[in-house]
Amino acid sequence: MPNQQIELILSRQLADSLSIPVFLVDTKGNLLFYNEPAEELLGLRFEETGFMPAEEWSTIFKPQDKDGKLLPMESLPLVKTIRNRTPEHGEFWIKSLKGEFLKIAVTAYPIIGRPDRFVGAVALFWKST
Amino acid sequence: MKIKIWGCRGSIPSPGLEKNIYGGNTSCVQIIHENTCLILDGGSGIQNLGASLEPEITEINLLLTHLHIDHIIGLGFFRPLYNPKVKINIWGPSASKETLTRRLTRYFSPPLFPVRLNELPANIRINEINQSSFEIGEFKIFSEYICHPGPTIGYRIEHNNKTVAYLPDHELALGSAQFPNNTEWTSGYSLAQNADILLHDGQYRAADYDDKIGWGHSSMSDAIKFGKLAGVKKILLFHHDPLNSDLKLQELFNEAISDNPNNFVVELAKEGQTYVC
Repeated sequence: MPNQQIELILSRQLADSLSIPVFLVDTKGNLLFYNEPAEELLGLRFEETGFMPAEEWSTIFKPQDKDGKLLPMESLPLVKTIRNRTPEHGEFWIKSLKGEFLKIAVTAYPIIGRPDRFVGAVALFWKST
Repeated sequence: MKIKIWGCRGSIPSPGLEKNIYGGNTSCVQIIHENTCLILDGGSGIQNLGASLEPEITEINLLLTHLHIDHIIGLGFFRPLYNPKVKINIWGPSASKETLTRRLTRYFSPPLFPVRLNELPANIRINEINQSSFEIGEFKIFSEYICHPGPTIGYRIEHNNKTVAYLPDHELALGSAQFPNNTEWTSGYSLAQNADILLHDGQYRAADYDDKIGWGHSSMSDAIKFGKLAGVKKILLFHHDPLNSDLKLQELFNEAISDNPNNFVVELAKEGQTYVC
């Protein structure tokens, strides 16, 4: 398998060094990596889930609004970032793989390498109050 | 193809009697097959290379990995640039904003240099590349951004089922805390995979790397581990620290070899040395 592009390699390394939860996806939204704080929040180790298409990760955590209505995949910040190549932010509720309902805030940004190469996106998320 | 090393010193030209074996000129490697001449980087070694070329040469392809001064410092003294009969194709990495031409102009202009880029007599064509593949004569060339400060690419050059990979400035460990582990997440792996000859940054002693994280270079040990991971047949450790004498380089090399048993050829790149692949 060819190596990932340098911007993704360095983003993963940065994510691996952070103590806030981080998701890393490719240009199609496929989940490439999430770090240890994200594992804690989501309730599953990355080694257990591995590579995951957007359709899967965007539903597996059951993102929903405050009334419990499931949110369409297209409304999620990371999915919007992939589609629009713009930074996005949002708050919603998820059901972690441990079964907990959590309100989370998500900020996503595109990874655009030289020279204007869109290679993926990063989402930072944390428990909201 | 024939590969000749005209400079393999890192950072700054550093001549001296104590560096006679491995040389003091900075990065420059020539790859030749029949009438096609590729030159990798324009460090101070390119001055002697230029003087060695046949006067009737009409086309040269210069592939730059990046524009740090040790990789372009020889360009102003590269004789073919002053010959209007020579066509010189320059290939180099795209940046975020500034063109390659504009970035080269910083060197080819006062106060750093008296002759401006647009005053050079040769017929110069400048090509920006990134994650690219292209052909020059019978050579198939692949480039990819690699881990080094500023826009930097490595090259993979294939010809007749033989491969040379050139990553003279490359910090392997910065992109992976557990290096060497996963090939998919290792910068430069695709360029180096199964190469017959890999020329790779090995500037530091392993123990010294921790004080130089982020400077863009690798230890000899990491370079050897990378060669093993990529399954190369031979690795030439490149970009020698300018402060290291021949004796010191050999001492560090012996230490790195001892720490990293391997089953492929590991050598220190040596200025003036020629390899056939």
